[in-house]
Amino acid sequence: MTLTIPQLSLVVLIGVSGSGKSTFVRRHFLPTEVLSSDACRALVSDDENDQSATRDAFEVLHFIAAKRLAAGRLTVIDATNVQPEARKPLVELARRWHCLPVAIVLDLPAPLCQARNRERADRAFGPHVIRSQADQLQRALRSLKREGFRHIYRLDSLEAVESAVIERQPLWNDRRGETGPFDLIGDVHGCFEELCALLTQLGYVVEGGEDQPTARHPAGRQAVFLGDLVDRGPKIPAVLRLVMAMTAAGEALCVPGNHEAKLMKWLDGRPVRIGHGLAESIAQLEREPAPFRAEVRAWIDGLVSHYVLDGGDLVVAHAGLAEEYQGRGSGKVRAFALYGETTGETDAFGLPVRWDWAAAYRGRAHVVYGHTPVLEPQWVNRTLGIDTGCVFGGRLTALRWPEKEWVSVAARQVYYAPVKPLTPSQPERTPDRLDIGDVLGQRVITTRLFPTITIREENAGAALEVMSRFAVDPHWLIYLPPTMSPSQTRPEGDSLEHPREGLDDYRRAGVRRLIGQEKHMGSRVVAIVTRDDGVAARRFQARDGRHHGILYTRTGRPFFADPALESGLLAHLRAALEASGLWDGLETDWLCLDAELLPWSAKARELLKTQYAAVGTAARTALAAAVDRLTQAVARNGAPADRLATLRERQQMVAAYGESYRRYCWETPSLADYRLAPFHLLAGEGRTFSDCDHAWHMATLERLCAHGELLQPTAYRLVDLDEPASEEALIAWWEQLTAAGGEGMVVKPLEWVVRGRRGLVQPAIKCRGREYLRLIYGPEYTAPANLERLRPRTLGRKRALALREYALGLEALERFVAAEPLYRVHECVFGVLALESEPVDPRL
Amino acid sequence: MLLTITTTHRPATDLGYLLAKHPGRWHEKDLSQGRAILFYPEASEERCTAALLLEIDPVALARGRGARHESQAPLEPYVNDRPYVASSFLSVAITRLLGSALKGRSTERPDLADTPIPLEAELPVVPARGGEPFLRALFEPLGYAVDCARLALDPQFPSWGNSRYFSLRLRQTLRLADLLTHLAVLIPVLDDAKHYWVGEDEIDKLLQSGGDWLAGHPQREEITRRALRRDPRLVSEALRRLTDEEDPTLDAHEQSAGDEEDALERDLTLNQCRLEAVLAALREVGAGRVLDLGCGDGRLLQRLAAEPSLTHLGGGDVSPRALSLAARRLHLDNLPERQRQRFDLFQGSLLYRDARFRGFDAITLVEVIEHLEPNRLAACEQVLFAEARPATLILTTPNRDYNALFASLPAGAFRHRDHRFEWSRAEFAHWCEAVAEQHGYAVRILPIGEVHPVQGPPTQMAVFRRHDTPAGQGAAA
Repeated sequence: MTLTIPQLSLVVLIGVSGSGKSTFVRRHFLPTEVLSSDACRALVSDDENDQSATRDAFEVLHFIAAKRLAAGRLTVIDATNVQPEARKPLVELARRWHCLPVAIVLDLPAPLCQARNRERADRAFGPHVIRSQADQLQRALRSLKREGFRHIYRLDSLEAVESAVIERQPLWNDRRGETGPFDLIGDVHGCFEELCALLTQLGYVVEGGEDQPTARHPAGRQAVFLGDLVDRGPKIPAVLRLVMAMTAAGEALCVPGNHEAKLMKWLDGRPVRIGHGLAESIAQLEREPAPFRAEVRAWIDGLVSHYVLDGGDLVVAHAGLAEEYQGRGSGKVRAFALYGETTGETDAFGLPVRWDWAAAYRGRAHVVYGHTPVLEPQWVNRTLGIDTGCVFGGRLTALRWPEKEWVSVAARQVYYAPVKPLTPSQPERTPDRLDIGDVLGQRVITTRLFPTITIREENAGAALEVMSRFAVDPHWLIYLPPTMSPSQTRPEGDSLEHPREGLDDYRRAGVRRLIGQEKHMGSRVVAIVTRDDGVAARRFQARDGRHHGILYTRTGRPFFADPALESGLLAHLRAALEASGLWDGLETDWLCLDAELLPWSAKARELLKTQYAAVGTAARTALAAAVDRLTQAVARNGAPADRLATLRERQQMVAAYGESYRRYCWETPSLADYRLAPFHLLAGEGRTFSDCDHAWHMATLERLCAHGELLQPTAYRLVDLDEPASEEALIAWWEQLTAAGGEGMVVKPLEWVVRGRRGLVQPAIKCRGREYLRLIYGPEYTAPANLERLRPRTLGRKRALALREYALGLEALERFVAAEPLYRVHECVFGVLALESEPVDPRL
Repeated sequence: MLLTITTTHRPATDLGYLLAKHPGRWHEKDLSQGRAILFYPEASEERCTAALLLEIDPVALARGRGARHESQAPLEPYVNDRPYVASSFLSVAITRLLGSALKGRSTERPDLADTPIPLEAELPVVPARGGEPFLRALFEPLGYAVDCARLALDPQFPSWGNSRYFSLRLRQTLRLADLLTHLAVLIPVLDDAKHYWVGEDEIDKLLQSGGDWLAGHPQREEITRRALRRDPRLVSEALRRLTDEEDPTLDAHEQSAGDEEDALERDLTLNQCRLEAVLAALREVGAGRVLDLGCGDGRLLQRLAAEPSLTHLGGGDVSPRALSLAARRLHLDNLPERQRQRFDLFQGSLLYRDARFRGFDAITLVEVIEHLEPNRLAACEQVLFAEARPATLILTTPNRDYNALFASLPAGAFRHRDHRFEWSRAEFAHWCEAVAEQHGYAVRILPIGEVHPVQGPPTQMAVFRRHDTPAGQGAAA
C-alpha cells in the first residue's frame, strides 16, 4: 500500500501500545523527523515510562513540533494518540503552521500487541490497558475526518504494515523547479485589448481574436496571471478564453483572485452580493453558452492559491503572501493569498484597512502580487504590487522575471470608476520601515566576504542607542567605515610603528603587490553626492531636505551641525564631479566616497579643548615651574644635576607634543578653509568600485581633485615586494612624510579583496609616525623606559574586528546597489557600529 | 606636578624640622603609580622653600596595575593631565611623605608646629571646576590671600580660550598642619575628577581632621558632596566607546544637563505636575495596561505603580543604562514574583517598529519627543500611530513660549542640551492635529503646570484617542 503524504505535513501515528509504531517510523522517516512521547518523557524525567511525567513530556513534544513546523519540516508524532484530547492539540499545531495533518492508524489485533508488550521488561502494565486503548482507537477511526485530518491511512494487518510505502508529494503550489523566465501580469479585469497589447509588447504572438485567442512566446517565456481576470471590464469572456487556453497549453500559470472566487460562488448558484463589478461578469457570461460557464467554473476551481517558483526565489499570489504562509496549504493561506489580511479597522472611504504585510516582510523570496491598485509599482522589502488599475483607467503592468523590469500599457479608457482615487503613495511615508527585530539581540549576519559575523547582544544594544539618538536617517547610511589595525609593533628603535613591519605583515600573508597611501590627519567622513536634486528622494528616499547628498561621520552622525557648510561642500564636490566628467564616466547620478576632512580641529574642537590642548598647557606650565625650582635647588647643591637633565628632556617631549597636535589645526571661519581628501570611490548606481584596484581609485580621484580647490589628492606609491628597491623607496617616503609631521601611511594590498593562506587578508594596515603617536600614547611615550613598556601590544582582536567590519561595510554597499530592502542594508551598517563598541585597545 | 611651600618665619630653615625633611637633602618616596620627591630650592635664614614634586607614571596610569589585556579599556587615556596637575595624588603624597607635619607633630620644634607662621603655598597648575569664584569661595573663608591666574589653552589658538587650570598662590599666617590639611582636602574637591587615588576611608579621615574649620566653612556641603562622590558614571562602557571621540563630554553632559533642566524647572515642581497630569489622563480613559516609552530612570512608572487600576506597566527606553536605573528604582529584583510580573522593561527605540509596543491600552511619552531629530519625527509617527496604534497616546513636551520666563535661559536656548527642538504652543497644536488627522485619532491639548497669561503653561500635553475606540473604554484593539 502506498501512503501519499504532503511533503510538509504533521504525521500523527495512532496505535495501541505494542502496535509497532516506533518500528514503523524508524523504517520510513529520518530519526530527526520523529518526536516520540517516550523519548520526551525520558528527556524530562530520565524514565521513558514515567507516566507522571506525561504532561511535561507532551509540552516538550508540542514545543519542538511547533519549531519544526514553523521551519517547514515534516514532523512525525510517535505516541499512542488514541484519545481525542491527545490529537486535538496536534491538529491545532498543524493548522497554526498551515500544514496538513496526516493520520496513520496501526490497527493491529490486540493479542499481538499484548504479546509484544510482554516481551518488554519495561512495559509492566496489564492487558486491560491495551484493551481500553483498542476501544479508544476504534472510536478514533470514526472521528478522525471530523477532527480535521486530511489524509487518513489505516493499516489493519501485519502484512499491510510491512508492505506500506510512504510517498512524499510536493504541494500543488510548489513549482520551485520552474525557472521561467516569466512575465507576471497584474489585475486584468476584462481588459482584453490592453492584455493583448501588453502580451504583444512582451514579445508574445497573440492570435485568434476574441473567440479563440491564444498567445505564445517564441522564446518559451511563461506568463503568470496574478488573478482578478474577471469583473468590471468590457471583455471578460475573451480574457478568460485567452488565459484558459494559455494555462491549458502550458504557456501560462494563473493564481485566483478574490473576484474569481466570488464569481465561482455565483456560477455555483450560491447567494452572492452583486457588487464591485460582478454585474459585468454576470451580464457578459450570461450571453455565453452554458458549457463555457461550466468550463470557467471548473477552471477556477482548479486554480492553486499561490505558487512558489524559480528555486524558491519568487512567490506569486493575488493579494501577496506573508512569509509564514509561503509554500504551505490551509484555508488561511488561501484566504490570505486571495484577500490579504485586514486590521479590523476601516478607512475614511469605509474600506477595510489592510494589514501592511509588505512593510513587515523579511522573507528571502520575492513576492509579486496584484489586488491593490497603485499608481506606480514600488519594491517594498522584496515585494512588488503590480496592479496599476487598468480597468480604472490606469495601466496594465507586467514584471519580467528574473530581469525585474516592468512593462506597461495604458488603459484605452476608464471602464469602471474607482471607489478610492489612485494617488501616489504619500510622500511622508516611507514604505520600507525598520523593525526592532532587524537589529536587536544577538545576530548573525552573512556577508559575501565573511560567511558569518556574530553581533553580540550588548553591542547591538549600544548601537541601537547611538543609532537612534545621533545617526542620520538610515536611508542615507549605506556604509560605515571599518576600523583599521596598525602594523605589528617595531621590536626596537625610537618608535612603535614603521612601514617595514606593515610590509612584513603582507609578506607573511603572501601578498606581493601593495600600495602605500599618505594618511591624512583629519576626521573620517563618508560623503554621498548627488548629481541633481531629485536623486536624494528618488534613490535614497531622503525626506530631510539634503538634496546635494550628505556628509556623515564614522558613527553615522551628521558631520556638520551647520547645514550650509554641508550643502556647500557637497555642491563643490558635485561641480567637481561634473567638471571632471566622472558622472558620465562612471555612469551614475550619485557617488559614495570615503574621505578625510581637514583640519582635525574642525570636528575635534571639543576634544582638542578638553583634552589635547588642555594637557599641553598643563604640562608646559607644570614642567616649566619644576625646572625653575629644580634649577635653584641644583645651584645650591640641594638636588642632583642629572634629575634636572631628565626634567628638561620631559619638557622637550611636551613641546614636541604641542607641535604634533598644532599641525592638524587651523581656524575655519568659512567653507574655503576646509579640505576634503577622498581616498575611496565606494559606490555609484548599480555597482560598487571594490573590483577596481586602489591605483584606479587614486588615479580617478586625482582627476576629481584637479577640479575642486577644496579637494586634496592623496599621495601614494606602488610597491612590489619582489623588488626591494620599491620597498626601500616606500620606507624613505614614509620617513620623509612623518619627519614633516605627517600622520603616517596606510599600506594596502593593491586589490580590495585578497585571500591569503589564512583567509581574508587585512584590507589596510596603518603605519603611524613617531611624532603623531604622541597624540595616542601620550606626550612622553618616547622616553625609552616608556617605549619598552608600550611595545608589547597584541593586535589579534583589532584585526579580527577590522576584517569583520570591512566585510560588513562592503556588504552594505553591495546590498544597496543591488536595490535590496533597507533592512538588509541597515543590518550591515548597524553591525559595523555594534562591532565598534567591542572592547579593544583604543590606541591601536 | 609641583607644590612649593615657603615661609619667612625666622629661622626659615625651621621649615625642615616642621616637615621632618632636612633642607640640605633630596627626599624621595615611591608611591603606587608614581613617586614623590621633596627638595629645597631655597633655604636661608630669611626664606625657605620646600618643593614637593610628584612624578606620576603616565604609562602605569593608563594601564592600571598588572598586565592588562588588549581588550580592557584603559583606566585613563594616555593623553592625560594627571601627571601635570594638582589632584588627589597630592593628597596621597602629603599623607605619605609629610604625615607627621600633617598631624601637627614635630619632634624638634613641637611649639613651632603649634604656632601660626607666615606661609605661602604655590601650585602652578590647579584644575578648578567651578572656576575662579569657586576657587576663592574655597580658600578665602579660611583666611587666605588668594592670587590666581587662569591658563590659556594654547597661545597659538587664542580662539580656543582658557583652560580649566589656574596657577594658584595662597598666603596666610597659620599652622603648617592646617595649610597641609586644607590642601589635602580642597585640591581634590577643586579638581572634582572621577579618578581618586585616595581611599574612601582616607578622605573620611581628612574630613574628620578638618574638624572645626570644615564645620564652619560656607561651602561645606559642596566640599563633602564632591569629596565623597565616587565615579557617578552614567554611561555604559560600550556606549562610551561609541561616543567618546565625537562627544568627549557626553558623560558629563548627561548628568549636568539633567541637573540643569531640573534646576530650571525646580520652582515649579513641574515634574510632579507632569506625572499627576499624565496619571489623571490615564484614569480618565480607564487604561489598565500602560506603556511608558522613553521611561528613562522610571519616575513615571514608579508613580503609576501606586495605582492598583493599572494592571500592567511597560517601560521602554533606548538606553540600557536608563533601564537598569529604572529597574533599581522599581526594586524589580526584590519584588515578589506576582508583583514583578506587572512590569515589563525592555530596550526599544521610537524609530524602529516594535511588536512589543502593541497590546497596551495607552502609551505615554513624557518629555521624550523633543530628544528626536526633527527629520526623524516621521519615522517615530509611523511607529507610534501607524504601527503601535494604542487606543490612547499621551505625549508631553516643553512649551517654548514659556522659555521667555526662565531668567537664566539665554534667548533661543533649549532647556536641555539634548533637546533637538522645543515647540511653541502653536507648533505643537499644528503637529498634533496633522498627526491625528492622518492616522485617525482625535486629540486634546492640555496645559501642565501653572499657566502664564501670555506664555501659557511650562509644559504641554496632548491626549490622542483612536477614532474607533468606544468612549470611556481603554481596551486596546
